[in-house]
Amino acid sequence: MEAVEYKSKQKMKPQQQMNGAQAVVHSLLAEGVDLIFGYPGGAIMPVYDALYDYEKELNHILVRHEQGATHAAQGYARASGKVGVCIATSGPGATNLITGIADAQIDSTPMVCITGQVASSLLGTDAFQETDVIGISMPVTKWNYQVTRASEIPGALAKAFYIARTGKPGPVLVDITKDAQFEMLEFSYKPFKGMRSYVTCPTLNLSKVQQAAEIINSAKRPLVLFGQGVILSGAESQFQNFIEKAGLPSAWTIMGLSALDSDHYLNVGMLGMHGNYAPNKLTNECDVLIAVGMRFDDRVTGDLSRYAKQAKVIHLEIDPAEVDKNVKADVAVLGDAKEALVALGQLVERKEHQEWLQEFRKLEFEEYSEVIKEELNPSQEQLTMGEVIRSVNDHTEGKAIVVTDVGQHQMVSCRYAKFKQSRSLITSGGLGTMGFCLPAAIGAKFAKPNREVVAVIGDGGFQMTIQELGTIFQTKIPVKIVVLNNEFLGMVRQWQELFFDKRYASTTMVNPDFQKIVEGYDIKSKKVTEREQLNGAVEEMLDFEGAYFLEVKVGKENNVFPMIPTGASVSEIRLK
Amino acid sequence: MKKKYTISVFTEDMVGLLNRVTIVFTRRKINIESIAASDSEVKDIHRYTIVVTETEETVKKVTLQLEKQVEVIKAVYHLDDEVIYQEIALFKVPTSILLQGGEAEHIVRSHHARVLSVETQFTVIEKTGHKDETQKLFNELEPFGILEFVRSGRVAITKPMRTLTSIVNELENA
Repeated sequence: MEAVEYKSKQKMKPQQQMNGAQAVVHSLLAEGVDLIFGYPGGAIMPVYDALYDYEKELNHILVRHEQGATHAAQGYARASGKVGVCIATSGPGATNLITGIADAQIDSTPMVCITGQVASSLLGTDAFQETDVIGISMPVTKWNYQVTRASEIPGALAKAFYIARTGKPGPVLVDITKDAQFEMLEFSYKPFKGMRSYVTCPTLNLSKVQQAAEIINSAKRPLVLFGQGVILSGAESQFQNFIEKAGLPSAWTIMGLSALDSDHYLNVGMLGMHGNYAPNKLTNECDVLIAVGMRFDDRVTGDLSRYAKQAKVIHLEIDPAEVDKNVKADVAVLGDAKEALVALGQLVERKEHQEWLQEFRKLEFEEYSEVIKEELNPSQEQLTMGEVIRSVNDHTEGKAIVVTDVGQHQMVSCRYAKFKQSRSLITSGGLGTMGFCLPAAIGAKFAKPNREVVAVIGDGGFQMTIQELGTIFQTKIPVKIVVLNNEFLGMVRQWQELFFDKRYASTTMVNPDFQKIVEGYDIKSKKVTEREQLNGAVEEMLDFEGAYFLEVKVGKENNVFPMIPTGASVSEIRLK
Repeated sequence: MKKKYTISVFTEDMVGLLNRVTIVFTRRKINIESIAASDSEVKDIHRYTIVVTETEETVKKVTLQLEKQVEVIKAVYHLDDEVIYQEIALFKVPTSILLQGGEAEHIVRSHHARVLSVETQFTVIEKTGHKDETQKLFNELEPFGILEFVRSGRVAITKPMRTLTSIVNELENA
């Protein structure tokens, strides 16, 4: 294998001789990519060498671990709606991507991962840093492909981007052998136009829309459940028009959060295990359930055999495999959410379901008195997670992008953070990946540098990808980090308390001095242990120009309520 | 209720796709009883014939998951009475058993099995049919001594008249 001398950078001509590595860079540029996250290594070195000539056009963010690259790319994609790109070397570099890829797969996040691979002549020989990343990533990618010839690179990447962003988005992986990176090719880039085996979006069936509209028009107690599909199809305003016209109370999954203004009069809150009392209870009392771009995850439905059995179910969904997967639909409207909502919006009658809406308000009040009031304005001495989120709300006026990790703080953030703008809540929904938050927040801030990005993390998850503080240090990316420290793996501890006789097996965290750690990264910090310090600290954090670390000591054994215990029905949701 | 289903998967020609297809089954711990891969009547379209014993609900969901794979063109499932299917079995037996008294020869004849090759030491017999037929021949030849036995996965032609060409045309014009 012979290294190829790079010619000095020149303007792109329609057809140009270059090596495979340069073709990777030019393909990314042709796709409009200007930012990638990655980590170099032996088998991807030619691509890094090619990137060196394009530092201005293609900003490469050096993360501290390849998992961080995937979550950063996810955060970038979720905040911007564009495809996130990450790049890693073969072997351990490639395997370190897998958690983020699995996360992107289950949460339908468009992402292109490029990995280096040993030279094609060495494939299958257990060469240094060889791993079968195609085999390993197959169950968790929407598509993957191994390139062994330079001439395949433009076509493979064009196809990769197309597949990642179209239909139900998802992660794809392109593995490129080192010899293909060195090999010369005649570069020409043609955007991918589609293929017969891949129907990106089913054609809207208007008779189904008609049937759905008739059911909605005769409904007395309709309830809308919306998920990320609304955001992915950019259907926020169409969705709002639809629910406003038909007067439909609407509840969200955490993946759908921020698609509808938190204070909208028809927003009846969060679904699922730690969601709001009213939408969970009333799921089993509505007469028509309208699911929009959501997939009835088990954390949303609880016991399926006792889930909305009384209701007619309408399911607006892009993916045919999701229809009837968990909940049987009486009418399934396959297609793009935006298109379906426009069509449906025209056919539904203008209505107000005031009495029905009052039932939500009654239960909301009950939840407020029993849970929310104490969480947001505690009478207990210890700080609660909820009051921290309330303080962030107060100071950001609901305009920040909130990124969360996984656990109690995630549920509290989703429950209490307020949003006025879509794509403002970024969390690991389906996979529940601890360690997601810090790198995802970095990615989100790169996508939206003019918006405040607040990373809310538990003390456990913070330490899973804590090395990405190094990425913040190197790039000076001004993310605001709020660690809610209860010195426990709080959610697991809560379950141990409730379901395992308080046997706190391996959930106690003996933590280091986080402030000392962030000091090493030159990140300004503050630790809050008393209530009266909280607002001032949040204000200082948000006013500060650079990255900021705020640690809040919260009640060690506080629980997140309401809660639907595993195996229970949504209507059995507990307030305490 | 679990029944035997034949799933036909029509795909683009792509390295590794068989792995992607089997993952859909293994992830759900569904045992693939037999699998056969071949060309189809349409150029560049491959077909896998997969046999599983499962409930229709599971098979239906699996079929949709198969179709969700980017390079899968179409996946359909059928019960045994909706397909014409065959398996091929090859038997290697000592040539001597066919020379002794004719009983083994009678068995081979009565099963309409074919002799593919006769060597001094062994004879290779082919029987094409449903599994119970090839198994019956196996059971009857077993006392004489079978040196080697192999049976292919099921291959199946579906009875419904919708052609692959029409499906492909629809997809290409969509």
